[in-house]
Amino acid sequence: MNRVIMIAALGLAATAAVPAMAADVVDERLAAYQAEGAGPFDAKKGKAMWTQQFTHAKADKPRSCATCHTDDPRAQGKHAKTGKAIKPLAPSANPERLTEVREIEKWFMRNCKWTVGRKCTAQEKGNLLSYLRDL
Amino acid sequence: MKLKAIPLTALAVCILGANSVLADDDWGWSRRAPDVAPVKNELYQSECGSCHFAYQPGLLPAASWEKLMGGLADHFGENAELFEDTRKTLTVYLVTNAADNVDGYRRSAKILRSLNGERPLRITETPYIRYKHNEIPPRVIRNNKDVRSLSNCAACHTRADTGSYAEREIDIPGIGRWEDD
Ligand code: HEC
Ligand code: HEC
Ligand code: HEC
Repeated sequence: MNRVIMIAALGLAATAAVPAMAADVVDERLAAYQAEGAGPFDAKKGKAMWTQQFTHAKADKPRSCATCHTDDPRAQGKHAKTGKAIKPLAPSANPERLTEVREIEKWFMRNCKWTVGRKCTAQEKGNLLSYLRDL
Repeated sequence: MKLKAIPLTALAVCILGANSVLADDDWGWSRRAPDVAPVKNELYQSECGSCHFAYQPGLLPAASWEKLMGGLADHFGENAELFEDTRKTLTVYLVTNAADNVDGYRRSAKILRSLNGERPLRITETPYIRYKHNEIPPRVIRNNKDVRSLSNCAACHTRADTGSYAEREIDIPGIGRWEDD
């Protein structure tokens, strides 16, 4: 537990400094999800979820994270409806990604509801972030 | 800091306002106020410009923006939810700069006049914008993969991000410059 708090504190310190590093911010998020009872996290499960096709009441056809971000998060994506380009999500391809806690949680809120039809659990978010970080 | 900022803003408004009155459509090359006030708010630009072009607040009246900002969880089939503090800040920005709350911008005034009290959620549902585009055939919009929808203003209006929608600046992907005859 002490370690978790340490990591969280380090993560917060990193967020406050500019520019933040994705690795630190992801560590902070993982620690926070662990504090909610999730973990350990599995990048392979994150990868599987990335391309999993979800159907739900509001989806006219199956949806996945890849619908807008493509199968490879290191590639440039395209918004499914508006066609606007989306810069790569993986920090290895775009160092600006995963550097802001609020930005990450806001897009998880929106994209999980739109894609999966519900909020993602702390476990799922941890798996997804581990996957994106390790790419 | 505040005291200094206010007279400066007031001065800027005067200059922009005067220009828009003096200049006329035929004087296209003269410097004048843009059609609608450009977006200068960075928070708005990043939050409301991530999925599409950041529409200027002056393209809709305040009541439309209030309605739109109250329904972000189902935003034209998309989830565009914001944290509550951001949502409030951006609603204030949109309402303060809405078509019925700014002076001196021609298109804002024309959109407002065309509305007849209606408060649609879409800019593309305002009678003025509909009328301005009613001669454009579907092949140029829907069947054009680089445009797709009339909502995609910046695809054709090359200086839309500066609040300018002048005809001579129109360049439609795959079609080219627009000659109105
Ligand atoms: C309907 C299109 C769409 C789908 C589907 C989608 N996203 Fe996104 N996502 C976006 C857009 C647009 C952005 C913001 C792009 C920008 O900031 O340039 C974004 C941003 C993000 C970010 C923020 C990264 C950062 O730090 O800037 C994360 C994380 C993310 N998406 C994860 C996901 C995951 C996980 C899924 C699947 C559950 C998913 N997205 C599905 C459109 C989508
Ligand atoms: C998650 C993606 C997303 C975000 C974020 C988003 N929008 Fe949208 N918005 C859309 C989509 C999709 C449409 C429908 C486009 C179409 O029909 O071609 C749309 C349409 C609109 C329209 C109507 C355009 C027309 O047809 O006249 C307005 C106005 C609008 N958005 C304003 C906003 C504002 C203000 C914000 C910020 C609070 C915002 N949007 C954030 C996805 C988004
Ligand atoms: C398919 C390309 C296309 C898209 C997308 C588009 N426009 Fe236009 N727009 C035009 C053309 C072409 C004209 C000129 C029509 C004419 O007068 O013959 C025009 C005219 C206008 C005018 C009047 C300009 C003048 O000098 O009279 C305004 C204002 C305008 N558009 C705003 C918008 C806004 C706001 C949007 C997005 C909600 C938009 N347009 C989307 C092509 C487009």
